[in-house]
Amino acid sequence: MTIALIGCVPVAALANDWGMGDSNSKIPPSSVFEPVSTPAHDILTVTFFVFAITGAIFLIVAGLLTYAILRFRARSGDDNREPPQVYGSNPIEFAWTTIPVLIVLVLFLTTARTIYTVQARVRPPDALSVHVIAHQWWWEFRYPALGVVTANELHVPLSDPKAPTPTFLDLESADVAHSFWVPRLAGKTDVIPNKKNSMWIDPHVAGTYLGQCAEFCGTQHGLMLLRVIVEPRADFDKWVAAQTQPPTVDASVAHGRQVFESTACVNCHTIRGTAANGVFGPDLTHLMTRETIGAGVAMNTPDHLKVWVNDPNVMKPGALMPAMNLGDKDLNDLVAYLATLR
Amino acid sequence: MAGTIDQEIAVGAIDDTESLPVLGKLHEWVVTVDHKRLGLMYIMGGLFFFLIAGLQAMTIRLQLAFPDGNVVPPQVFNRLMTMHGTAMVFLVGMPILTGFFNYLVPLMIGARDLAFPRLNAFGFWLWFFGALLLYFSYLAGDGLYGAGSAPDVGWFAYAPLTELPFSRGNSTDYWILSIFLTSVGTTATAINIITSAFCMRCEGMTLNKMPVLVWLAVVVAFMMLVALPPLSAAQAMLLIDRFLGAHFFDTQAGGSAILWQHFFWIFGHPEVYVLVLPAFAFASEIIPVFSRKAIFGYPVMVGATVAIGFISMSVWAHHMFTVGMGANANTFFVISTMAIAVPTGIKIFNWLATMWGGKIELKTPMLFCIAFLFQFLIAGLTGVMMSAAPFDWQLGNSYFVVAHFHYVIVGGILFTLFAAFYYWFPKMSGKMYSEAFGKLHFWLFLIGFHLTFDFMHVPGLLGMPRRIYTYEPGRGWDTMNLIVTIGVFFQAAGILVFLGNLLWSYFLGKDAGSDPWDAWTLEWSTNSPPPAYNFASIPVIKSRRPLWDLKHPDDPDWKYE
Repeated sequence: MTIALIGCVPVAALANDWGMGDSNSKIPPSSVFEPVSTPAHDILTVTFFVFAITGAIFLIVAGLLTYAILRFRARSGDDNREPPQVYGSNPIEFAWTTIPVLIVLVLFLTTARTIYTVQARVRPPDALSVHVIAHQWWWEFRYPALGVVTANELHVPLSDPKAPTPTFLDLESADVAHSFWVPRLAGKTDVIPNKKNSMWIDPHVAGTYLGQCAEFCGTQHGLMLLRVIVEPRADFDKWVAAQTQPPTVDASVAHGRQVFESTACVNCHTIRGTAANGVFGPDLTHLMTRETIGAGVAMNTPDHLKVWVNDPNVMKPGALMPAMNLGDKDLNDLVAYLATLR
Repeated sequence: MAGTIDQEIAVGAIDDTESLPVLGKLHEWVVTVDHKRLGLMYIMGGLFFFLIAGLQAMTIRLQLAFPDGNVVPPQVFNRLMTMHGTAMVFLVGMPILTGFFNYLVPLMIGARDLAFPRLNAFGFWLWFFGALLLYFSYLAGDGLYGAGSAPDVGWFAYAPLTELPFSRGNSTDYWILSIFLTSVGTTATAINIITSAFCMRCEGMTLNKMPVLVWLAVVVAFMMLVALPPLSAAQAMLLIDRFLGAHFFDTQAGGSAILWQHFFWIFGHPEVYVLVLPAFAFASEIIPVFSRKAIFGYPVMVGATVAIGFISMSVWAHHMFTVGMGANANTFFVISTMAIAVPTGIKIFNWLATMWGGKIELKTPMLFCIAFLFQFLIAGLTGVMMSAAPFDWQLGNSYFVVAHFHYVIVGGILFTLFAAFYYWFPKMSGKMYSEAFGKLHFWLFLIGFHLTFDFMHVPGLLGMPRRIYTYEPGRGWDTMNLIVTIGVFFQAAGILVFLGNLLWSYFLGKDAGSDPWDAWTLEWSTNSPPPAYNFASIPVIKSRRPLWDLKHPDDPDWKYE
């Protein structure tokens, strides 16, 4: 079996990346060493401190081990006598118990301080709150105060370090346990059904930040991706204004709209201003304002949409959306309609 | 005492199964209650599942070698990673380690068998059939449909993914019942080891003179007794949820997902020490013999182990720093987790001091122990990093953690396990292994280990979560993942050399004699392999190193202890 599997390795066995590789390589890696938000920054400070201490311990102990092995190797010219037997030494044991205890104390106090600064942050009354609802295998974002509902791409306003305007995320799950992790913004927080969690971010550099689900949540845990778009307040306000508009009505795609409204699409998806008000799948009212589809499996282009609507399993095996089994004309018209949802 | 040991060697092994036909020999093994045979059966069984779970790990790594890998679909990947994890803990680690304890504890305390030989056989067969049940799911996991589907919920099976709405069919039930059975078997072994160590030591062996390995076996056994019941209880509750409609973990009906996590990790973290203390035990026997010195600070070594045992019961929620516990709870589990680094550090210092001033012989078992010291040092230090909750908020559930715990389990436990195999193989088989091939195994495995698990830390720091079946190009994870996969082939080559060496040596190796290492504990005073009754007459000892006393009548240990 293994031999057969090794045969599968060549690059030909790779799946289509649906344009994501190009897109991702324009975004810096989601490295924990490049924080752009206070929680991630505080964590990195502790991380460096812990690295320094553990690194020093490693150098000392590994150095002693190496020295002992080199210095006390049995050599061919040795006599056959056993070395002097030493059974222990209480002062030495005391020393190498006390020193680690002191190191642990220092580490603990430093860590505790960061825990309390990050976790005990009080939500200012005017702070932006976003409801993050994790589903198998996509993210729903609701802005209760702004009337915006979107999916998989979280927009947040830039925060000025001098007058921070943090965004608070209230995390809930619709099904199983997930975890919200965007390394450059903050540590992860689990999204657990029947439990309300929250976290906060105050990004101070505009840009797109990649993240994804970090708790195993079933078949497509691997492609439950998310991106956070941080933009200056003015751009964010523009985005909000666009998201709260009713969807465009375009007579040329009326047939596509009719296909949407007369098939199972409406059971799971919402398009405001139409008969579609399902809540199991992402809100599609402004679908085309999003960069990706399928929680980040493909760039959002009409061609990719066609593949996705025809059978999501092609892009994301195991996805809960069924194949729609539409005829060519219906499929083309439906995608043409979706492409107008700006 | 000298008389008894000489006489013992003269008696020789009486193999009463020599004349039996093959089926008769097999029957002897099936009905056996001999601790040595059961120990070997545990070890063989564990090795069998090690190969299967290892091949599964290889498949996982092939899938992840390149971005957008298409070697297996996600459903198959999730089964692979669940079965790899579950099997390596319950079907490989636990049985091989209990197998060594089964074999060694009676020999080291100068007893003829464990206290309850038939309970021992009962425990083995429970484990064996439980283990088969887990892999049987590949044939029958979908129940009456007749199709196979192995468990795919991850080895810690977080609720409510394991509840009926999210896990249909019977694969999760196979996971529950198989682990439940092996846990009962392990509990039986734990009772047996504790009773034997407390009640069956030979004359002169006070608790203070018990070999370090036996002390650690006792601590491990106690931890098994305390840690396994919460897991079994949680599994029973989950089964009731799934079959009788209860709602313990059914969040849709008000159940608690967090409750499962607490139950699981109250088992799961002590379990880490259940696996790693035997590694410490092997190192504590092997390092002194190949440094030609008594273990440094015996009482401190034992005390540190007992401390680890106690503290390990209070650290479980460090697996849950991200579930939204309050700052106070997080802080408590930070300090308890960091505290465990102190006794663990003490152990490393004592091994170092044991080597200091000795005459270190770099035979294969010692090479593996030395690599263990360095690797466990690193694993312990990344563990200290993870214990800082904020660090864990970033890197928990990332590939950094995967690298960290494989550093513990492979770099720590598997390396000492290989050391133990080479060290006690002459005793168990009566034959000497090939030193050259042992060293080849060591170097291949060392290179493979470091290629795989050193580089595995990096994708975690770049935001790669664990348990994803594929990843997109352009995330900066490609190169590292390829190197990690290349390392696997070196490891596999090392394992092949290891198995070949043991098989070749078993059939064609030179006779090892009863004491090839010039060692000091009682198992080396009897024949290799030991006769069914272990010792012709029960030994009487005066110190922790009875064979040292025998070999150095002018300078015996008991004068100093």
